[in-house]
Parts: sequence; C-alpha cells; structure tokens
Amino acid sequence: MSTLAIDKGGPSRKVKYGSMSRDRTWALRWSYFFLVLFAIFFLTPPIYMLITSLKSSAEISAATNPWWVFHPTLSNYVELLTSNQFLRFFWNSSIVSIVVVIITMLISIPAAFALARMKFWGSATLATGVFLTYLIPDSLLFIPLFKTLGVVQDLTGITLLNRWYVLLFIYPTLTVPFCTWIMIGYFASIPKELDEAALIDGASWLQTLTRIFIPVALPGLIAATIFAFTVSWAQFLYPLVFTTSVDQLVLPVGITTTLIKGDVFNWGQIMTGALLGAAPPLIIYAFLMDYYIAGLTAGATKG
Amino acid sequence: MADVVVEQGRVVRATGGRKGSSLRNALGRKSTVAFFLTLPLILLIALLVLYPAFYSVYLATLNKAMTKFVGLSNFTFLFKRETFWMVVRQSCIFAITAVIFKALIGFIVAHFVHNIPAKGQRKWRGMLLVPWVIPPAMSTLAWLWLFDPSYSAFNYTLSFFGVGPIPWLGDTFWARFSVILVNVWYGAPFFMIMYLAALKSVPDQLYEAAAIDGANWWQKIWHITLPMMRNIIAITTLFSLIVTFANFDIVRILTSGGPLDTTHLFATWAFQVGIQSSDIPLGACVSLFMVPILAVAAIFILRDVTKRGNEA
Repeated sequence: MSTLAIDKGGPSRKVKYGSMSRDRTWALRWSYFFLVLFAIFFLTPPIYMLITSLKSSAEISAATNPWWVFHPTLSNYVELLTSNQFLRFFWNSSIVSIVVVIITMLISIPAAFALARMKFWGSATLATGVFLTYLIPDSLLFIPLFKTLGVVQDLTGITLLNRWYVLLFIYPTLTVPFCTWIMIGYFASIPKELDEAALIDGASWLQTLTRIFIPVALPGLIAATIFAFTVSWAQFLYPLVFTTSVDQLVLPVGITTTLIKGDVFNWGQIMTGALLGAAPPLIIYAFLMDYYIAGLTAGATKG
Repeated sequence: MADVVVEQGRVVRATGGRKGSSLRNALGRKSTVAFFLTLPLILLIALLVLYPAFYSVYLATLNKAMTKFVGLSNFTFLFKRETFWMVVRQSCIFAITAVIFKALIGFIVAHFVHNIPAKGQRKWRGMLLVPWVIPPAMSTLAWLWLFDPSYSAFNYTLSFFGVGPIPWLGDTFWARFSVILVNVWYGAPFFMIMYLAALKSVPDQLYEAAAIDGANWWQKIWHITLPMMRNIIAITTLFSLIVTFANFDIVRILTSGGPLDTTHLFATWAFQVGIQSSDIPLGACVSLFMVPILAVAAIFILRDVTKRGNEA
C-alpha cells in the first residue's frame, strides 16, 4: 500500500510532501514537534499564573526573570485563604453554582423526558425553540434583565438588584437550554422497548423517568451537570451588572474588581486568586475529562 | 403504544380512587403529564429569555430618562456617531479574524493529535483543552499580566531577540491584535475537540482506498477529510461566530474598550453606554445590533440541525 503511494506521488511533489506520506516516523516527529509548540502556546498563561502566584511582591517589582521563581513563597495563598473577603467570594460562587446546577437539573430532566418520549402538540417546535434559546447570548439580555429587575424590585419591594441570590434564577437561562438539548439526545437514544416494558408493568411516567431513564442516561446527566457547573462558575457579565457590593460578589467579578484597584496592582495576589478561581473547573475536568468532552461534543453531534 | 397509555391510566385510577375520577383521568393522560413536565422550561424561557428580548426592543425606543417614546431617534443618533461605526467594524474584524484562526489552529492541532499513537492521544488532548476549561475571566487576567506595560513577560523574552518593547494594550493595532490572540487562545481548543471527534468518525477504509489510488496527504484532506467533516466544521464555525461576536469578558478585562474605544465590541460598548453611563435605552439599542448576524448564523445552524435530524 505504501509503495503504491510513493510511486504515484509524482516526482515534482516528492521533495515537498514526500516525508509526510512516505515515512511514518518523520510524520510522527513533526506531529510531536508541533504539538509541543501548541502546548506551549496553550499552557503559557496558566503556568505563568502559577509562577507569579509563588512570588512575593518584592520579587515581582524587582523585575527579575519573569519565567522563574527565585524565592518561592506561599504567602499569597495564605493571605487570600485567610481573607474573609476572598472566602466570601468563594462561598458565593460555590453556593450559586451548586444551587443553579440543582435548579437546572430539576427543570431540564423532566422537560427533556417529555420532549424525547411524549410526542404532544408542539413538542417538536418546543425542542427547536430550546435550541434557539441556547444561541441567544448573555450580552443581548443583560440590559433588559437589569431594567426588569429594577422594575420588579420597585413593584414588589423585594430587593433584587445587588443581591447574589438573583443570580440563582438568571443563570438557568444559560444552562437549562443546552442541558435540555443534550438530555433530549441521550433520552432519545434509549430503546423504546425499555420504557414500554415499564409501562406495561404498571409504572407511572414519573417512575419510568426515575427508575429507567435517569439511571440509563447517567453519563449524559453527569456531562450536563458538569456543563451547568462550569458555566455558572465562569459567568462574568451577569454578576458584574447585577451585583456591586463587595459581600455580594462572586469569584470572577470579585477578583477583577477588588484586587485590581487604583494604580496598585498586586499581581501576586491577583494571579493566586485567578488560579484558585480556575481550580474547581480544572479539578472537575481532571477527574471527569471524558464526561466533560462528551458534554462538549454532544451539542453538535447529537440531535 | 396507545393501549399502553390506557393501561397506565387504569392503574392510576385504581390506586388513587379517592379523588374525582375525571380529574385523575386528566392528570394521568399523556399530554397533561407532558405539559406539567415542560412547564418550568416554558416559563423560564418565556419570562427570562423571550420577555427580556422583546422588552429590549421596547427599551430602545425610549429617551434616556425612559419617560418618553422617541421612536427610532436612538438609532439615528447612533448612526451619526463615529464610535458606533468603529464598534461595528471592530466587532466584525474581531469575530471573523478570531473564528478563522480558531478554526485553522483547531483543525491543524486536531490533525496532529489524530496522527500520534492512540495511547498518547488522551494525554495530549487533555493538556490542549485546558484553555477552554479555565473561566475566561480568570485566564484573561493572566494575559493582562503577560501584556503588562512595564513587567510584560513577553517583552522580556522578546528583548533577547532584539525586538523592542511592544505596547501590547496601549497601541490600537497591538490592542486589537491582543484581544484577538486571547480569543483564539481560548476558543481554538474547542474546535480541536470537535474536529477530533469528527476525525475519529471518518472510516479508515476511505483513506486506504485513497492511498491505493495514489492520493497524497493534501488530496486526502481535500477529498476525504473535509467533505466528511463538512457538517461539524459548519456548525462549529457558526456557533463560534455567535459566541465570538457576543464576546464580553476578554475585551472588558483586557482593554475595557481602550485605547480610545478602538477595541470595543457591541457587548462591551453596550455595557459602557447602558450600565456605566446609565443610558439604558441607548445600551439596549447598541446590543440589538447583534441580532441580525446572530439570526443569520442561527438560521444556518438550525437548518443543519434539522437536516441531520431528518436523516437519522
């Protein structure tokens, strides 16, 4: 097979392309060479975060080699992890993300079940509508939502602006459509015989959902959960617009607005904060990479 | 299927005999159950997505104090401002350039990962997806520090090659370059993962047949890989176009639109006008200009999705 490829390669192209098709080891070497280059490009910022987070302010302002730590110190970590303000951000982010994941699942699993299995009037339109909603970006909705919250606050007297809990029902607009969409895909791939058997045995729709669909589609459920968590954790625009007081901020906004203040940039602490803020998604990714990637690719390959 | 439903209705009726049987019957019916299961979803989409979307059109027709209907004068006001046209141009340059480079780099990297032995692929894939996993607000801070005017690590490195200090965020050209670079860095891994999944689904027999016919690597890519991946490439590119066009985090943190508003996108300018300068109608007006391009991309994506749904 390979000899044929050489013969037909043509004399004029041999010099230019020959090594790729002729010699597997050379192709492999080039692949590794470029992969290393791209890995350097992709990993420079996170590694630089880590390097800077281990430096003291004195070492940073001394402007020595920025790519090396001469006197590693954990003082930035100690300072941030004992600061009430930073812990508050972390706490706000955690509670918001976890509650949003629960709300998202409570909304999207039943809806996906209904859309995947019970063909009813308008179900196809609704499924398409869910997908379209996923394409509406946050940057289109933040201004009307901000104004709406203000109006509702004036009408009902419930404080909504500048409160972290308002994020609990704003974030699901970002997570629910996509989670519903990929759950429809997972549910639709379950063989019909399975739930028909359950119905014949006298199970209700709810029992079919909890006893059969959820256990069978568990990988999809995990992928959707990871997606909902990472999206809520990373969301920056909504909390930036809706919350301002320091005790109401979530991590991304807290780090960018409180640690960068005036002309004094405490870069050691900013990088430490950024690294700690990036840690939860990175840890989830490290342990559940396959589910993470399944969720990422499901949106386009399923459906 | 139909008699199964009847069967189930009878069971429900038999177990809960206390309530009126007609109500029980209605509750047990498939369409009623389905309605209640999808109700939270419908409410969420209607109240928090559709309503704000239309409310934003209404807001765009009010005056700054939001007391008076002014029709389209917000739009005509924008058309007369030079900054607005700069934002339009910059948004298009930003989105198109970034998406092209993301798609190219993603394609190239996916090929290299696909090329190496299957045993090592997982490790490389895991490493190369890291930029997509880190929350963009956090990673952009690292880039901001890499671009720092006086302590830039890039300028430190470049100085060894005799390349003078580059004003990464201080000069219009370099600031535009930087925001695109960071966006490409953040988005290319996503393309890589999508293409890698698509590459795996191309049957090996096609390449073997092509090799027997004497195709070189470029012919294999052009005549086999690209046509087989056309759907994934199209949908990923369109999706990325929407996300990139509506980008906020990167530009907001890196430049806040500066120098002299030259790196503003629709989202960041709408934020500055609508929230920071509290001219909500004008801000709503600015963000509405994203709708046409989003709609076009959405229509193409939808066509693709439904087409493949019918094939399956």
